[in-house]
Amino acid sequence: MPNDEQPHLNVNGKRLTIQKSWFGESLLFTLRERLGLYGSKNACEQGECGSCSIMLDETLVCACLVLTGSATGRDIKTIESLAPEGSLSTIQQAFIDTGAIQCGFCTPGLLITIKDFLDENTDPTELEIREAISGNLCRCTGYGRIVEAVRIASKTHDESQGAS
Amino acid sequence: MTTIESYKTKSGVGVSAQRPDAVPKATGKFSFSSDLSSHNMLWGQTLRSPLPSARIKSIDFSEALAISGVHAILTANDVPGKNLFGLEHPDQPVLADDLIRYAGEPIALVAAEHPEIAANAINAIHVTFEELTPLTDAESAITADPIHPEGNVIRHLKIDHGDPSVTGDLVIEGTYEVGMQDQAFMGTESGMAVPSPDGSVDLYISTQWLHSDQNQIIEALDLPEDMVRLTLAGVGGAFGGREDVSMHVHLCMLALHTGRPVKMIYDRNESFLGHVHRHPAKIWYRHHATEDGQIVKVEGKIILDGGAYASTTSAALANACCFSTGPYRVPNAQIEGWGVRTNNPPCGAMRGFGNVQTCFAIEAQMDKVAKALGIDPVELRLINALEQGDTIITGQKITGAAPVKEVISSLADHPMPGPAENNLLARPGGTGRTTDQKHIKRGVGFAVSIKNLMFAEGFDDSSEALCQVEDGNVAIHTACVEVGQGFITLIHQIAEEVLGTSDITIIPADTSIGSAGSTSASRQTWMSGGAVLKACEAVVVKLIEQIFEDEGVKYENFNGTLVSEDGTKTIPVSEALKGRSFHEKIVHRHAPTFPLNNKGQGDAHVSFAFAAHRAVVDVDQELGLVRIIEIATSQDVGRILNPLQAVGQIEGGITQGLGLAVLEELVMKNGVIQNANFTDYLLPTALDTPPIEIAALIEEPEPGAPFGAKGIGEPPTISSTPAVVAAIRDATGIDLRRVPVRPEDIALE
Ligand code: FES
Ligand code: FES
Repeated sequence: MPNDEQPHLNVNGKRLTIQKSWFGESLLFTLRERLGLYGSKNACEQGECGSCSIMLDETLVCACLVLTGSATGRDIKTIESLAPEGSLSTIQQAFIDTGAIQCGFCTPGLLITIKDFLDENTDPTELEIREAISGNLCRCTGYGRIVEAVRIASKTHDESQGAS
Repeated sequence: MTTIESYKTKSGVGVSAQRPDAVPKATGKFSFSSDLSSHNMLWGQTLRSPLPSARIKSIDFSEALAISGVHAILTANDVPGKNLFGLEHPDQPVLADDLIRYAGEPIALVAAEHPEIAANAINAIHVTFEELTPLTDAESAITADPIHPEGNVIRHLKIDHGDPSVTGDLVIEGTYEVGMQDQAFMGTESGMAVPSPDGSVDLYISTQWLHSDQNQIIEALDLPEDMVRLTLAGVGGAFGGREDVSMHVHLCMLALHTGRPVKMIYDRNESFLGHVHRHPAKIWYRHHATEDGQIVKVEGKIILDGGAYASTTSAALANACCFSTGPYRVPNAQIEGWGVRTNNPPCGAMRGFGNVQTCFAIEAQMDKVAKALGIDPVELRLINALEQGDTIITGQKITGAAPVKEVISSLADHPMPGPAENNLLARPGGTGRTTDQKHIKRGVGFAVSIKNLMFAEGFDDSSEALCQVEDGNVAIHTACVEVGQGFITLIHQIAEEVLGTSDITIIPADTSIGSAGSTSASRQTWMSGGAVLKACEAVVVKLIEQIFEDEGVKYENFNGTLVSEDGTKTIPVSEALKGRSFHEKIVHRHAPTFPLNNKGQGDAHVSFAFAAHRAVVDVDQELGLVRIIEIATSQDVGRILNPLQAVGQIEGGITQGLGLAVLEELVMKNGVIQNANFTDYLLPTALDTPPIEIAALIEEPEPGAPFGAKGIGEPPTISSTPAVVAAIRDATGIDLRRVPVRPEDIALE
């Protein structure tokens, strides 16, 4: 049944009221289908692929595993907030430059994960990079260019940028 | 790790031009087929059979229809036209009417206000089945009672080449099996159908081949072509799994029935049920060799399990058989193949199409022959490697580039990786610390492959392109589907090459232009790339004619710059186009191919590409755990058009190959998939995937190919699998006859 309470979410710095969200609706569904924030992706909706990765109160989570109701009043940052309109963060730029994007379905989730990772680890080894992104599946690239993008971005990453 | 220099260059052919969709994809703004929405939109869902073989006794949807928010429930009775579709020929019901032939077969459709309401409605539809015994063994299917009016044998193919009485000094036999792999593209099937008041419909869908979809949809809807219009929606990967129709007809039916836009997104479970998979295979070989290592005859039997419906089984079987002896000179061959129907899920196209299965078996045989003769495995391959001018077992002479020896030697010469990093993450078993370094065994494996490029056996393969100039502004239109491979980058590069500008508009791929054929079979660079090239060139020809009429000066085009005959004047094509308009549409075809005769002989293929892979693995034999340390490759590419995209195809393709080697299998039990989700269907993660080393990309231009470029998407997926398995055999000494290699195959041997 539709839920009569109207929860609100703080998404990318904006307070948004959710009309008629369904009990049990995932935060991913709400972000995508109610708020039109389609950047977070839905490759598995069971917490296995990382394509829906977002920041919830500074913690990296799979939006598909979060109930919208439980995110009420909390701070949510999605791919849409990674860089101001019209600009690119260093990680986004590195993805583009190294050829880390093919179909691009995994890209938003990976970018959120990598931003979170580089905020903590400024000089990662290749294995650390691979481990950090091992919760994000990519079927197209074989990860080589993605690892390369993270390596390049780690050299210039600035923590103050975008979702944190 | 391979590092590509010069990321940023301009966009002519041969440089690492940037994808035009890279920024929207990096910012989350790119619209995939699952991101579509429309005012007043309904959500569609599909009821699928849980049983692999059954008769439908009754369907009661009264309870479901009474649920508030449910707008339509449709069954086979509601299919307006023929209740049949199929990629090669129609043999599969749009919705099951009587018999269920596989677990997952669609039975009914729902349209509702919210996906949860649709799901509730699906649960409230009551179907009574009479359960039947499923036919699940491909070998018995050849002689079993038919499960389909067309019979169980979709295709039986014999290749009879050379002298059958020849025998070798050495005879090596082996049987092999390949499990069912899935394309597992990240963006699941999704789309939206929008009805019009005149009874026509627009379908926005992720696919590989818009026109093939359209042809199948109009038959099922009984509508003329102009009333079913398809536009490509953003595709989240494909790898063969979107070549067949999935939700297409269903969406159109729901939209036309409700008069409202209808959106569908398969969840991951339904995606596994809703598209074809790679054919599981059983393969038997008997190789005959001379003492000095020449393969003199190969006998083989190949069975591909096509599942319940034909899809592309017939073409996959042709590939499996035609290339069943690998990239080697084999003067005598007797090969027999069957593509059969069973009550397993339908199988069809996946990257490497038919060649993957036999390559795994051939390369194992080659290693056995090498071992028995005491010849180095690389040396044995060099002794037998095909060359330009050689004949393959279908009697076809290789007239194009065949740098097989170069591919093999360049890879063999590549330095080996050092010992694994002293880090638990680098060990088999990872941070679980399941073993110590001293118990880990290293192995090295080598494999080589051949892949035919483009469609075969006489298929009229074409692609249409339009180059339109309006007041100097260039737009290019094709129906070529971008699945992530980077064709749209190539369009810009070709425009730069011919017109001197990459500042062009790409008109979205749709059915308002002629077919581009499928984005498969490593064919679009050659086919649609060729079409775009010719269309751009046609514009320049017209431009030069116009200038001659205007000024009386004859110009020639040199890479986007017009130079007058006397060499005194130059003008960039893009400048000369200003203020002018052109509309040049052309259809591009490759050289014709021909059917195979009753001995499996004929010039059935257009062109061939070769690759070699070398895998290095560390194995914990006690637990059967494998850590792939490195995969190195050399590949025959004709010419590299975009180095960065080429590397992306190679790394991505190899990763799918290693997935088949050690991780990926749809596990079947009595015709039912046991692991249709990402928890249990194991895809390679970044940690499972090793650094990929490119030893060499051999650029020997292919005659007849635009820019001399060969398709590069499939070869990486073919011989990477046998290379990994050979490396595990080398480490363990176990005769592994089946992929994927599971821990128990190693530990319990
Ligand atoms: S969609 Fe959330 S983890 Fe896959
Ligand atoms: S680029 Fe397609 S899934 Fe990663």
